[in-house]
Amino acid sequence: MNAPARTLPHGRGPQVAAGSIAILTGICAFLIVAIVVILMGIIIWNGGPHVTWEFLTKAPETGMTEGGIFPAIYGTVLLVIVMAIAVVPVGAMTAVYMHEYARGRMVDIIRTAVHNLAGVPSIVFGLFGLGFFIQFVGRGVDRAFFGGQLIWGQPCLLWAAMTLALLTLPVVVVSTEEALRAVPDSYREGSLALGSTKWQTTWKVVIPQALPGILTGGILSVSRGAGEVAPILFTGAAYFLPELPRTLNSQFMELGYHIFVMSTQSVNVDETMPIQYATTLVLLVLTFALNFAAILLRSRTRSKIEQS
Amino acid sequence: MSDSIEMMSEEEQVGSRVNGPARPETLLNIERVRVPDDGRPIDRPVKLASKHLSLWYGPKQALSDVSLEIRNYEITALIGPSGCGKSTFLRAFNRMNDLIPNVRITGQVLLDGEDVYGRRVDVVELRRRVGMVFQKPNPFPKSVFENVAYAPRLSGVKNMGRLTEIVEKALERAALFEEVKDVLHKSALALSGGQQQRLCIARALAAEPEVLLMDEPCSALDPISTLRIEELMRELAKSICIVIVTHNMQQAARVSDRTGFFLLGELIEFGSTDDIFTRPADSRTEDYITGRFG
Ligand SMILES: Nc1ncnc2c1ncn2[C@@H]1O[C@H](COP(=O)(O)OP(=O)(O)O)[C@@H](O)[C@H]1O
Ligand SMILES: [Mg+2]
Repeated sequence: MNAPARTLPHGRGPQVAAGSIAILTGICAFLIVAIVVILMGIIIWNGGPHVTWEFLTKAPETGMTEGGIFPAIYGTVLLVIVMAIAVVPVGAMTAVYMHEYARGRMVDIIRTAVHNLAGVPSIVFGLFGLGFFIQFVGRGVDRAFFGGQLIWGQPCLLWAAMTLALLTLPVVVVSTEEALRAVPDSYREGSLALGSTKWQTTWKVVIPQALPGILTGGILSVSRGAGEVAPILFTGAAYFLPELPRTLNSQFMELGYHIFVMSTQSVNVDETMPIQYATTLVLLVLTFALNFAAILLRSRTRSKIEQS
Repeated sequence: MSDSIEMMSEEEQVGSRVNGPARPETLLNIERVRVPDDGRPIDRPVKLASKHLSLWYGPKQALSDVSLEIRNYEITALIGPSGCGKSTFLRAFNRMNDLIPNVRITGQVLLDGEDVYGRRVDVVELRRRVGMVFQKPNPFPKSVFENVAYAPRLSGVKNMGRLTEIVEKALERAALFEEVKDVLHKSALALSGGQQQRLCIARALAAEPEVLLMDEPCSALDPISTLRIEELMRELAKSICIVIVTHNMQQAARVSDRTGFFLLGELIEFGSTDDIFTRPADSRTEDYITGRFG
């Protein structure tokens, strides 16, 4: 029915449409860049002057309107270290099982579970940590070994770290799996043909090759975990502590939570403003540095793989 | 790859030239300089055998009823067009096909008369006795030394002096020691392709195998490296049994004692290399050797 001419562009209509789409998409892209620049600008402008050596090394004073944030930095670092110790081996082993051992439907089941885990809102992890780690595991341990005395059945560093580990597990799994996929099968065949078992091949040939990828996953999980507040809200972070945490069952201060506390719970929110900005800046620099390290590590591994 | 293709087309010309009513000495115009007493044992018992071996990848049959005997201290070449099942057949001897899901096997594969698919056979032990070299050199991204030390370490050798001894001996047997003795602790990936392939041979030899399976070991190499590896194979045949899959018929003719010709998963013809290349019994063998197909 259609006249042949109708299939050809008629007049300037399509060109105008194409042009306006380019402009529209361009505006959106530009907007994002602008927002990031403005955001960073505000934070650096307001917080920068306050980030001094004193600020980084002293404890908060006089209702958090003065002093520094050292306990929060210390708590954050401790938290992510404990988290990494838990999440890297578990995540890496999950990926190794998924990529090297599991067959067929099993792979799909694990992968779906990991992806769903990545989609769970972080506050849900917080509640899960409270219910599972503290109420169930912690209380259970207290009842079984300490005669019901409250030792592990309360919010503390360990449970907060475990909750965060759960949250960042998918990061490590995905990163490790990607690294395993990049190990050529010819290495596996070569090793097996020399009379090694599957496990020897995995341990001596495959995992060493995937190690930078596993490390990248670890760093990414740390940078992800360092910024999360919701999961530690109920599981171990404290408003203010006069002393640094010394044991795994101590509570701790944390940068993100510190910002949250200062901006919502403090007696005089306006007076803590500069400190809030400065704390935010420290947190951002920390996560950016970690992300940057991860990217560097990954690109170095990629080029190494391409060479071989 | 391109090497072998070029050589094939060369062969084609040779083939058409000699393709007259009068039978030439060999169908390929290659001199086979054979020294009967080249240091190899005269008594060459059957080392490997397949009996009515059939193999399926899922529903697809890759080998049909293949029976043949491979003798110790000999080089046996397997030839045939791409996809005819040569690699599959080779990988049946060290059970590398086990790694592929949905593979089904009937018939028998015997090593020294013992069924390698038998219930009590330890695959790991089998693969130490039957080594393998692959088409593409695949040294591990470790040092030259660590590559060769891989198998001895697996079998529990820890003493550094003993390891060094084994590694040096294996490298010497693979005619590589002189070239790499100064870079033993540098990455194996820095070696040339030909050196890498000889390193893979050394790595296999360090496990002291009784059989060496080679799947197109020279197809990724230049002609000079190829000749070096062929020389090496003749030397190794003094002490072990070698099976080589090759796309290159001149190589089969140059290096092997016996040749098997495969087509579509069947063993069409098997006999002494001299017979296969001068008076093949089957017209399909002759067609293939003279380059009329494949
Ligand atoms: N892993 C596999 N899965 C399914 N089919 C395969 C597999 N490997 C090989 N085949 C098939 O089996 C046949 C023989 O393959 P192969 O032994 O590699 O041949 P050749 O080494 O002679 O070129 C081919 O048709 C090939 O497509
Ligand atoms: Mg092949």
